[in-house]
Amino acid sequence: MGLDIRYPIGIMFAIVGALLVIFGLTTSGNTELYRRSLGININLWWGLLLLAFGLLMLFLAWRAKCRVQQPGAETQQK
Amino acid sequence: MQHVELAWVDYAILLAYTAFVVGIGFALRRYMQTSAAFLMAGRSIPAWVTGLAFIAANLGALEVIGMAANGAKYGIMACHFYWVGAIPAMVFLAVFMMPFYYGSKARSVPEYLKMRFDERVRCLNSITFGVMTMMTSGISLFVLADLLRQLVGWNFHLCLWVASAIVLLYVFKGGLTSAIYTEVLQFFMIVLGFAPVVYLCLHDVGGWDKATDALAQVAASPQSLDLAKTNFPPNAWTSCWASMSGAQNNPMGMDWIGLTFGLGFVLSFGYWCTNFLVVQRAMAAKDMTAARFTPLIAAVPKMLFPALVILPGMVAVALAHIGKDGFTLPKKPIEPVAYARAIPIIQQAANQHTELETVFDDISKAVGLPLSRERVAALLHDHAEGKLSEQELKQRLQNAVTENDYNNVMLAMLKRYLPPGLLGLGLTALLASFMSGMAGNITAFNTIWTYDLYQAYIAPNRTDDHYLWMGRAVTVVGVLASIGCAYIAKQYGNIMDLVQLVFGFVNAPLFATFLHGMFWARATAHGAFYGLLGGTATSALFHGLTIAQGNAPGIKGAWLAHLLGAQPAHVFQSEMAQNFWLACFAFSVCFLLTLVISLGTRRAKSDDELRGLVYSLTPRITDHGLAWYKRPGVVGIVLLAICVVINIIFW
Repeated sequence: MGLDIRYPIGIMFAIVGALLVIFGLTTSGNTELYRRSLGININLWWGLLLLAFGLLMLFLAWRAKCRVQQPGAETQQK
Repeated sequence: MQHVELAWVDYAILLAYTAFVVGIGFALRRYMQTSAAFLMAGRSIPAWVTGLAFIAANLGALEVIGMAANGAKYGIMACHFYWVGAIPAMVFLAVFMMPFYYGSKARSVPEYLKMRFDERVRCLNSITFGVMTMMTSGISLFVLADLLRQLVGWNFHLCLWVASAIVLLYVFKGGLTSAIYTEVLQFFMIVLGFAPVVYLCLHDVGGWDKATDALAQVAASPQSLDLAKTNFPPNAWTSCWASMSGAQNNPMGMDWIGLTFGLGFVLSFGYWCTNFLVVQRAMAAKDMTAARFTPLIAAVPKMLFPALVILPGMVAVALAHIGKDGFTLPKKPIEPVAYARAIPIIQQAANQHTELETVFDDISKAVGLPLSRERVAALLHDHAEGKLSEQELKQRLQNAVTENDYNNVMLAMLKRYLPPGLLGLGLTALLASFMSGMAGNITAFNTIWTYDLYQAYIAPNRTDDHYLWMGRAVTVVGVLASIGCAYIAKQYGNIMDLVQLVFGFVNAPLFATFLHGMFWARATAHGAFYGLLGGTATSALFHGLTIAQGNAPGIKGAWLAHLLGAQPAHVFQSEMAQNFWLACFAFSVCFLLTLVISLGTRRAKSDDELRGLVYSLTPRITDHGLAWYKRPGVVGIVLLAICVVINIIFW
């Protein structure tokens, strides 16, 4: 099938991660808001993690695409 | 339950997720040219994708909510559903059964039954399976809409229709491929959405050791949290096997024999090895190796999921015991009609200074839930002293309820720990788990309907375009039927019981039929058909004659004994024990009946016709010389060994 699922997953998690990072930055220092998460600015940290995960997925998809374009390397494309 | 406020970022996350799942459906729509592409994903998907979809289709909302509930109710013993009740069966499916499912070129599990036995077995299996999928899908739809209503105060009907419309949209556009691809996205969403809750709750309680200390004290007096009526040994909530010597020693009310045979063998193999919902994912893989690796890849996250879904439930109990920040386990909510009945009684009793003893039963009956005597007394006392407002009365009455609402444990944890932002992510994870489950049910249903009922009996020999059209049309019908079932579930109240009931009746005997079919060439169609019927009838009979402690005769069992005016033949320690033993009996009857009838009837299919369908008549797949991690058998053994080690660690 002509769709590498890692692209949508990567883009979506990158967007969600970026949203959380932005929200985390704008709300940093708001102790009232982060009382629930035990004083940790979890939006910022978890957002960074999601962003990294999204970019990793995109990187994997991009690398797989490069491999297909090189002739004779298809066998590694699993 | 107090609603939570959502911030813009929560809506943005929900929206991004929805846009992507629908987008995947639209991106795939141009590939949907044939019925095989739509209903079977054209058998073209790599193993890691089908593997994650395999597990996500199983990880529906009911699983997430229900397993956190089990974690609170039974403690770490809930992990048996994973480490005993899933991994061995998944390995068996991969190593022994996938070669027949995939190699026979059957398009569905019922079609395999037709090739191996005859039309009757296929018909019986596809009808029961179809009904079962629609019911489970309807119930999870109801649960989701109800949870969203309670948590964020959204309109029940709106949630129900919008959530199913999204599923309909992407399945309608992209068929099974789109369901499988979105399930992979949903898999990551569920894991990454719930993981922060796990981290925060463990951090809050002070680590695993603190949690086990608290749970040991809970086990010694579970009455204090209304978890159980009797005391257990201190390890009852924190050890998998040490408290399994007798049914009275653990909150599950199970002994290890019933558990290993009933859950670990009959129910688990019956589900993982024969349920088309999950098997369909493996059948969509691009080749035999990918198909066999699908359940093996799925087994890895499955083994780790208890940390994600069971642990929060256990920690909730520990937190409630410590009483951190006044945390309590969620109690069953009182319905508005029940308030309307109960409040006048309280008003009157307080005005006339009636003794508690005379009105307590009336109040409990009006509320319809068990109440704490002391709290009702205090409530009456305070109300007689100085008038409480109606709002206060309701609040205090709700606080007097003693029955835990285990299904709300996961939500209580989401609400407690997630600030705006991550709360949106948590809600999205919940929505994702629901959608992956529902899409799984819908895609399984439309394949069974189109190939096993419509093409087989109603309209054979039509063009492929016609079946593609039918597959699309029945997707709409399936979604509408789920919505119908959701409304039935709303009316019906005790919904989980009904699912379990149907699941037990249908699923328990099924694995015996497959076992004979795949490994014994002599098994005949008559044997399989009557064995299956006999097994299902045994389920019904067993359920009609036995009951679990503390249940009234009716939907929970002993209805037949009740009708005949007799005592139940046996009373089990718990419903779970009743279910597991029911499965054992139904399986054994089906197994023996199939055996005996097969020996007494003539084989209708020759060895040639059974090639590729029966173990002894099928050439083995040779994978010698391949690296060990490319051989399903070896990987399966490694997974089982890891599973054993995990069981020993949490012994």
